[in-house]
Amino acid sequence: MSTVLIIAEQRDGAFRKVTYEAATQARAIADATGGKTAALVLGADIKGIAAELGRYGVDTIYTAENEKLAEYLTDAYTTVAQKLIQKIEPGVVVMGASAQGKDLAARLSARLDAPLAMDCISVRVQDGNIIGTRPMYGGKVIAEVALSGKPQIVAVRPNAVKIEETKGEGDVEAADADPGEVSLTFVEKQLETGKMELTEADVIVSGGRGVGGADFTIIEELAAALDGAVGASRSAVDEGWRPHSDQVGQTGKVVSPNLYVACGISGAIQHLAGMSSSKVIVAVNKDPEAPIFAKADYGIVGDLQEVVPAITAAVKAAKG
Amino acid sequence: MDIIVLLKQVPATESLIEIAADSLSIKTDAVKWVINPYDEFAVEEALRIKEKSGGTVTVICAGTDKAQEAVRTAMAMGADKGILINDPAVAGADGLGIAKALAAAIRTMPHDLILAGQRAVDDDNYLVGPAVAELLGIPNISLVIKAEIEEKKIRCTRTVEGGTVVMEAPLPALLTTQRGLNEPRYASMMGIMKAKKKPIDTKSLSDLGLKEEDVAPKVKILKMTPPPERKAGRIIEGDSPQAKAEELVRLLREEAKVI
Ligand SMILES: Cc1cc2nc3c(=O)[nH]c(=O)nc-3n(C[C@H](O)[C@H](O)[C@H](O)COP(=O)(O)OP(=O)(O)OC[C@H]3O[C@@H](n4cnc5c(N)ncnc54)[C@H](O)[C@@H]3O)c2cc1C
Ligand SMILES: Nc1ncnc2c1ncn2[C@@H]1O[C@H](COP(=O)(O)O)[C@@H](O)[C@H]1O
Repeated sequence: MSTVLIIAEQRDGAFRKVTYEAATQARAIADATGGKTAALVLGADIKGIAAELGRYGVDTIYTAENEKLAEYLTDAYTTVAQKLIQKIEPGVVVMGASAQGKDLAARLSARLDAPLAMDCISVRVQDGNIIGTRPMYGGKVIAEVALSGKPQIVAVRPNAVKIEETKGEGDVEAADADPGEVSLTFVEKQLETGKMELTEADVIVSGGRGVGGADFTIIEELAAALDGAVGASRSAVDEGWRPHSDQVGQTGKVVSPNLYVACGISGAIQHLAGMSSSKVIVAVNKDPEAPIFAKADYGIVGDLQEVVPAITAAVKAAKG
Repeated sequence: MDIIVLLKQVPATESLIEIAADSLSIKTDAVKWVINPYDEFAVEEALRIKEKSGGTVTVICAGTDKAQEAVRTAMAMGADKGILINDPAVAGADGLGIAKALAAAIRTMPHDLILAGQRAVDDDNYLVGPAVAELLGIPNISLVIKAEIEEKKIRCTRTVEGGTVVMEAPLPALLTTQRGLNEPRYASMMGIMKAKKKPIDTKSLSDLGLKEEDVAPKVKILKMTPPPERKAGRIIEGDSPQAKAEELVRLLREEAKVI
């Protein structure tokens, strides 16, 4: 049976969580088809971390190490991935549907003339072909899509696959790391250290217009108490209270944490589209008629200025 | 500077989406159709670049007759030309097929810069932009919040998880939009009047030198279902915010087991 290839994502020498999720997904596909798994790790300094993927069910780990691959550049990464794909001819290619993964998956799909199931929340195999389950219309529809052709590319939505560790150890092999002619150039990057990425967070506390101003301290404190990230409605972003990158919704980020706490958010259809696949939803709103309560597992009617700090205190007390 | 905008017509985000009887498509009778919100950013950015450095803005859309409205709206905002690829085979194509049709059309036109949305909010596919760039053999930069044209190149700030990256590409290049890039303008009354007179060039697949099998889908929808219905849960009662908060935390720990 053919190989399932994971395209790993690392940043500054650490794998992104979605890589372990992609590896777990790939392992499941390989087990269903009786195939092996392989992973491609690209970067400038990756030998030290590559072997780690063996613990997530990867049989062979290919390293493409090159200064020119230090930062993600679509064209460079596409070419290096294409070379390995042509060499080992995987039946399936799996990656994380992160900012980088989506861009690379799309470009690879066109390069290889291969079908792509983007942003899947689950994947299964039927008669040797991939069937991906993916939200459409901002999560208002869940579609099953069948792929045909080779390789079949799957990008898995961050946080959708439960990571499974295995006992195995992978073989590490060097891959062709020459990206050929690269036309994109990296200039600089600015990363907020310590800021938790919304799409990867297990807990999100979001604030909306009901927060009443740019001071999100009480929202941030609750998020910190829950080890979670802070999100926002579009209104809070439009007011300039929060950056665009915090926006949850149909035209913002689509998130599926274990716990989503919506504070002072009415529950507009575009907001719900971005968070309704959360496992548990809590709403805090002073208006008992707010539409968000119809989607929330637990609701508290009240002024968030009082309720949110009280929840923070109760969480801290409970955690001891 | 010849700028091309890839524009899709989609259901407005406030639309209630219902699945049709075939389970393969959505009911369209009650849908309000609009320009894909991310493509509005693309139109706006194209117009701003043109206003600064001169040139033309051409909007290109693969769609059916009704998509003319979207193209017309973009022309009312200020785009110079509109192209509609209208062909039954394209209607049945997947994202890659659409990209092939768009790339075939663009290949014959002068293009220094192509702007696309990061995703269409109907299929949420994030595919067509980078795929068109690949098919044309030009670089692409995704999720752009700032674009500056310099001599023969473009410098873009793009968003990544937890931050931003600045990159440069030689022109011609394609970029996809992210919220924050700009605030799209509304079409003025004048613009709307003018747009009525601007022609929309309609093309079939064969006009583009393509055959139906060239865009045959490799990704097929098997079934659409509504997302699992979320039932309203319970409102937590209590004498004080503290009492409600404590009960909530107890439920989250003991019942939902999420903290
Ligand atoms: C094309 C398009 C795309 C969009 N995309 C998105 C998107 O991606 N994400 C998104 O979120 N929205 C999006 N929207 C906007 C959406 O329609 C709503 O306008 C927005 O979500 C409302 O934000 P909100 O709930 O914070 O504000 P509001 O609707 O104003 O609600 C504020 C809520 O706070 C409550 N409140 C006020 N004070 C307090 C208090 N002291 N304590 C407790 N509760 C209080 C009120 O009862 C109210 O329910 C989009 C709209 C369009 C047209
Ligand atoms: N039918 C189409 N016609 C023109 N442009 C399109 C079409 N479909 C997608 N696009 C462009 O590609 C972007 C991404 O779409 P998608 O890959 O479908 O999520 C959109 O924002 C548009 O800019």
